[in-house]
Amino acid sequence: MRDIEITEPVEITLNGELVTAQNGELLIDACERNGSYIPRFCYHSRLTPVGMCRMCLVEVDTGRGPALQPSCMIPVSDGMGVDTESDGVAKAQDGVLEFLLANHPLDCPVCDKGGECPLQDQAYAYGPGESRFVEEKRHNEKPIPISELVLLDRERCILCDRCTRFADEVAGDPLIHFIHRGSHTEVNTFPGEPFASYFSGNTVQICPVGALTASPYRFKARPWDLEETESTCTRCSVGCRVVVESSRNKVLRLQGVDSDPVNWSWLCDKGRFGFQAGNSGNRLSRPLQRCESGELSEVGWNTALDSAASVISAAIAGRGPQSVAVLGGARLTNESAYSWAKLAKDVIGTDNVDCQLGDGLPAELVLGLPGASIDEVCEPGATVLYLGPDAKEELPILYLRLRHAADFDGVKIVEVGPTLTGLSPYAAESVTAVPGETPSVLAALLDGTSEHVEASALLRNASDLKVVIGRANLAEDEAITVQTADLIRESVPGATFLPALRRANVRGALEAGLAPGFLPGGATLAGTLPTGWQSMPAERGGGAAEILEDAANGRVDVLILLGSDPLRDFPDRSLARRALAGAKTVISIDPFVNASAEQADLVLAASMFSESAGTTTSLEGRVTALNQLVTPPGTARDDWMIAVDLADRLGADLGVETSADDLAEEMAGFSDAHVVLGDGAPVGDGVMLDISGRDLLTSAEVEVPPANAYSLRLVLNRTMYDKGTLLEESESSAGLAGESVVKLSAADAAPLGVDGSTQVKVTSEHGSVTVAATIDSRVPKGVAVMHHALGDVDAGTLLVHGDPVCDVRVEVS
Amino acid sequence: MARLTPDNLLLARKIIARFPEPRSATIMLCHLAQEQDGYLSPEAMEQVAELIGATSAEVLGTASFYEMFKMHPVGKYCVNVCTNISCQLLGGEELLEHAEEVMGIRSGSTTADGMFTLEDVECVAACTEAPAVQVNYRYFNRVSPDDFDELLEDLRSGELSRTIPSHGTLGNVRQDLHGDRVANITSPSQQVEPAWFPNGDSDEGPAK
Ligand code: SF4
Ligand code: SF4
Ligand code: FES
Ligand code: FES
Repeated sequence: MRDIEITEPVEITLNGELVTAQNGELLIDACERNGSYIPRFCYHSRLTPVGMCRMCLVEVDTGRGPALQPSCMIPVSDGMGVDTESDGVAKAQDGVLEFLLANHPLDCPVCDKGGECPLQDQAYAYGPGESRFVEEKRHNEKPIPISELVLLDRERCILCDRCTRFADEVAGDPLIHFIHRGSHTEVNTFPGEPFASYFSGNTVQICPVGALTASPYRFKARPWDLEETESTCTRCSVGCRVVVESSRNKVLRLQGVDSDPVNWSWLCDKGRFGFQAGNSGNRLSRPLQRCESGELSEVGWNTALDSAASVISAAIAGRGPQSVAVLGGARLTNESAYSWAKLAKDVIGTDNVDCQLGDGLPAELVLGLPGASIDEVCEPGATVLYLGPDAKEELPILYLRLRHAADFDGVKIVEVGPTLTGLSPYAAESVTAVPGETPSVLAALLDGTSEHVEASALLRNASDLKVVIGRANLAEDEAITVQTADLIRESVPGATFLPALRRANVRGALEAGLAPGFLPGGATLAGTLPTGWQSMPAERGGGAAEILEDAANGRVDVLILLGSDPLRDFPDRSLARRALAGAKTVISIDPFVNASAEQADLVLAASMFSESAGTTTSLEGRVTALNQLVTPPGTARDDWMIAVDLADRLGADLGVETSADDLAEEMAGFSDAHVVLGDGAPVGDGVMLDISGRDLLTSAEVEVPPANAYSLRLVLNRTMYDKGTLLEESESSAGLAGESVVKLSAADAAPLGVDGSTQVKVTSEHGSVTVAATIDSRVPKGVAVMHHALGDVDAGTLLVHGDPVCDVRVEVS
Repeated sequence: MARLTPDNLLLARKIIARFPEPRSATIMLCHLAQEQDGYLSPEAMEQVAELIGATSAEVLGTASFYEMFKMHPVGKYCVNVCTNISCQLLGGEELLEHAEEVMGIRSGSTTADGMFTLEDVECVAACTEAPAVQVNYRYFNRVSPDDFDELLEDLRSGELSRTIPSHGTLGNVRQDLHGDRVANITSPSQQVEPAWFPNGDSDEGPAK
C-alpha cells in the first residue's frame, strides 16, 4: 500500500469503528491504512485491479445489508460499512483458498517461493486446513522457460493475472497471456515467441506463488537464510531503489523497492540480474603489475601502490602535475569520487580529469541547467520535450515512468531525435531530425514555422515545458547538444531539464569535481578553495577527448583509468587506441581486467556494487544510500581507500581517519544532501541536490556540413544488452547481446538491393567496416544506425572525435 | 498454407477498416484464416497479430478461448456427437461408441483420409431432438446408428456438399455490405459514459 494524502475524507465503519478514508480509493487500501490487512493475491497497488482471485472478499454494507464483495474492486464511499472479520468473511476466505488449492501441487518443499509465499502464508492464516477435493489435480510439464531468464510452472499458477497485467500495462510487452481460457486456462507465450521483455524479472517478483522463477536465483537459497540491505541499483543513472539479498557472503538476488519518486518497485532485467558480475570468476582479487616478460602478474598492494605513487611523483617532478590525467569515476560512490577529485586536483594538482568518456553531456549542462525531477517530468498533464537516447534501451525505468505518464496521466511527449525509439509508440508526436539538424528542426518547432504543426503547437502551448536532454547519437558532436540546450533556454525561458545521463553516478562524480575546470559542488577553478583542501590546479585541464589526444601525442605520463574502459567506451576508437599506446604509464583501477586494463602497466583491484558503502547520485540529482552487504574478493578494496593510500605515499592526507564517513562529513561542506545524510536518519528515497543559483552555462555554435546525396548520416547508439564488461561477466546476460548490424530505412535500402541480411561495407572518411544490413522502419531516410559494442564490428572506427557528424557510404560488399 | 492469400488479405484489410479499433477485428480475421485453411494455424495467428497491431500471444489468448477455432488441422467434416444428459439418456454414448467403431478412430482424432474429425461434445442445445449430432455445426436430429452410417455415406459421396461446406467455411454465400452502410459503431474514445456512472473520469487509469 502506498501512502496517500487524504484530500477528500469520508467516514466508513470498519469492523464497528468509524474511520476516515479517501473518497474513491479502493476499500482494500483504506482498510489496510486503518489497521485491517485484507489478504489478497491478484491486487497490486501498481496495477489496475481486476478482481481475479476473490481472496479479498469482505462484507460491505451500503444500506442494503451486508454482502460479500471483493475489496480490491470497491471504491470507498461515505457511510460505507465494512466487516473484514465476520464469520461470513472467514467462510469465504476458507472457500476461496480451498478452491485456489484445488489444482495447486503443494510442492512447497522444492519450491523457491517457500518461506516467502503469499499463498503459503495466507493458506496458513486464513485457509481451512483441509480440502474436500479428492480429484486428480491438473498436470503440466514442470517449469517451461518463457524467456532466457524466467521459467513458468503452470501447476503452481493461481491465475491471478499479475504477470500478464504487468507485461501488458506496465512493460508494454504483452508477450504472455492467458490462453485456452476456460477450465484449462494457463499463462503462456505464443509458441516460439518468448517473453523477451527487458522487464521480465518483475513478473517473478510480483508472482504471489512460485509459478514464475528466475534462473539466477533458482534453488540458490531459502528466504530465511538471506541477509538483506536496502541500496540503489548502479547499472544506470536512474537510480532504482533495491533490496540486495545475500547468503554466505554472496549476493543472490535483487528485488525492487517501491520508491514513489523513482522506480515504483520495478527494475529492468539488466539492473535486477547485473549483480552476477560481482560473483564472476574473472573478478580481480589482487593488484596486477606488468612484469619484465610483459605479462600482468599479481603483486601485493604495497608494491603496487608504491610503484603507482612513484610514477605519479616522477611525472609531477618531471613535466608537472598536468602530465597526470584521470579518466573515469562514474562507477564510484560519491565519497570515492570525491576522494579521487581531491587526490587529483588538490594533492597531485592536475585538472586533466574527466569522469565521462566523450559519450556524455558537458559538465556545464549537467551541473548548471535548471533541473526537473522524474516526478516533475511525469507530472499529470505535463508536456515533455524528449531529446535523449532511446530510454527503453539506456534508461529502462525512466522509460516505464514516461510510458505510464503518457498512457495514464495525459502527459504529452514530443520526441525529437534521429530515429524513432522505444518511446515513440507512446509519444504524442515524434519528429525525426537527421543528425546535426536537431537545433534547426527544434528552432522551427519552437517558433512555429515547422511543418510539424501539431508537435509545434504542443511545445509552444506548454506552460511549463520539461526537457529530457541527452545524447541520442554518439556520432554527433556533443556541442550540438549544447547548442540545442542553448536554443531551448532562449526560446522557452522557464523550461526545466532532466539530463538523460547513462552511467550510474556520472552526476555524483561531476558534483564531486571529476570534470575539467570544476571543483566539488559545481564550483569552478576560479572559486574559493574547498574546505579541507590545500590547493587547486593552477590551470584548466582538458576533458576526455583532450586527455586522450594528449596521451596519443606522448604528453601524458600517467593515465589513470578510474573504472573506465576507453578502448570500449570512447566513441572515437582509433583515438582511444593511440592514447593507450602513447601514454607512458597506464594505471587501471577496476574490478575486472577490461580491454583497456589489458594494456595497462598496473591494475588495482577495486570493489563493486554491494561491497562498499556510500551514496550515489541519480540523473535527477537524487542522492541515495549504497549499502555494503558482502566483502570484495581477495584483497580488492574500495576506490577511496586506494586514493587515501596513494595520497599518503605522495605525502598528503585526504582527511580520512576511519571510514568513508569522514569523506561524507567533509562533503557536507559543499553538498546540502550530505548535510541531511550526515544526520544518520534513514533516508529511503534519498535527498535531492539543490542546484539553484548556479551560473555555469556555456554556449556553442556548430557548423554542420550539408548532407550530400551519396551518403547517409551515421547514428551510433546503444542497446540494453551489449558486450560491455559487466554484462559479459553476468552469467544470465552474457549471451543476450545482439549481432552487429547497420539499420537502414526501406527507402535507402531498396536502391542498394538490401533485403534480409545483406552484407554491406560502411565507409566513412576515417575507416570502413563490413556488417550485415537490415531494414528498420524506425530509421528515417538519410540515416544509418549502428549500435555500440555489439558483435565484432567496431562502429567506433568510423568516427573522429570533434567532427560534428559522421557521413557514411553504404555499399553491398 | 497459412499466410492469407492475396484475396483474403484484401478482405482482411476491408474488415479491419470497418472498426474504429483494428483489434476489434480479431475474431473476424481468425474466422477468415480458418475458412482458408480449415483450421487456425500459428502462422495465421502471427499474421492476424501483425494486421491488427497486437502480439501473437494476444491473438492466441483470444482465439484459444473459443472451442470453434481449431488450433490443429482437422478433417473436412467435424462430427460432434452430444453426450450430455438428454442425449446420454437417449443413447448418445452408444452412438459415440458406434461412431468410433465405424470411423475407426477415437473421439478427438481425425480419420487417415482427412475426411472426418470426431468429437464428443457437451449440450448443443438440441435436447428435444436427442441424441443430436452436428457436422460442421449443422444439426442432425434423433440420430440412430443406422442414420449415422447413412450420414457418413452421404458426406463421403458428396451428397451433402452443398448444405455442409468444409470445416471453417462460415456460409456458402457472403453478403458484402458496403463500408458506408454500417451503423452504430462509435469509436471508444467518442463513446459517452452512461449517466448512472458516478464520476465521468473513466480514463483515469488505476486508482492511486
Ligand atoms: S504465473 Fe504467477 S503472477 Fe502469473 S498469473 Fe500465475 S500466479 Fe499470477
Ligand atoms: S533502470 Fe537503471 S537503475 Fe533502474 S534497475 Fe535498470 S539499470 Fe538499475
Ligand atoms: S485481491 Fe481482490 S480479487 Fe484478488
Ligand atoms: S444434451 Fe445433447 S443437445 Fe442438449
